[in-house]
Amino acid sequence: MGVTGEPDRTPTRTDHPPRRRAPHRHPGLLALIFVGGALGTAARAALETASHAAPAGIPWVTLAINVVGSLLLGVLLELLARTGPDTGWRRGARLTLGTGVLGGFTTYSTFAVETVQRMTPDAFVIGLAYAFGSIVLGVAAAALGLTGARRLIAHRSPRRGSEAGR
Amino acid sequence: MMLLLALGGGLGAVMRFVVDAAVARRNRFRVPLGTMLVNVTGSLVLGVVTGLLTAGTAESTDATVRAVLGTGFCGGYTTFSTASVETVRLWLAEGRGTGVRYAAATLVGSLAAATVGLAVAHLALTTTGAA
Repeated sequence: MGVTGEPDRTPTRTDHPPRRRAPHRHPGLLALIFVGGALGTAARAALETASHAAPAGIPWVTLAINVVGSLLLGVLLELLARTGPDTGWRRGARLTLGTGVLGGFTTYSTFAVETVQRMTPDAFVIGLAYAFGSIVLGVAAAALGLTGARRLIAHRSPRRGSEAGR
Repeated sequence: MMLLLALGGGLGAVMRFVVDAAVARRNRFRVPLGTMLVNVTGSLVLGVVTGLLTAGTAESTDATVRAVLGTGFCGGYTTFSTASVETVRLWLAEGRGTGVRYAAATLVGSLAAATVGLAVAHLALTTTGAA
């Protein structure tokens, strides 16, 4: 992944500077999300096509994608939030890697449809296990990512951690 | 096809961002309703797409449309990672009950939406006599 670029490099300097353009109206930021989302989606599609899930079994690939993506998003957001304000390159990185790549990589819709498809008398237990397993593991992974990143930063730069006042 | 699929995913991600921002501006609650809305509506659309194209006739065209719209657009539009992180943040900020309720509401809403989507597609296929 290359440098995300500075999204605020072409500020619209008008006579009333406090009126900053909302992020969702900023074409540069939308482009970053678009590219990130395309990359994340392509990665998920490549993994999904590489292994065909059994119609009545646990969709392990989707499960793994969603759990790993939750872990990485927890790490990313905590690292960015703990090292500075959400502006400039940090906001660019959050939108490209977080909203774009990891948002596109993980999927709730596929998870939901796969669960419903297993809510048959034969595969009901599989469906339940898949649904609750995904949610519990996803939340646990996100929590692990958040706390892991926090500890990493506290360990790396103890002075900054105390200065920030936690 | 992989390129179209990736473009669909990119478009979905941008749409998720726009919808989430629009909801966030109006949202007076502390619960991130934007992500929930995105995941529920995305599950509905994927239910329709999956239901319509599972019993499809033209194998290759259906497979392509399903991949681009379903795996690409709906997959890029919805997000599991943000839902997980937001659950943890709510849990930490508002207490375990709020976090668990948010996760449960997203799950139940998305499963219901996917069920409705699949049913609507089934109904559409049977009434048009395609199934």
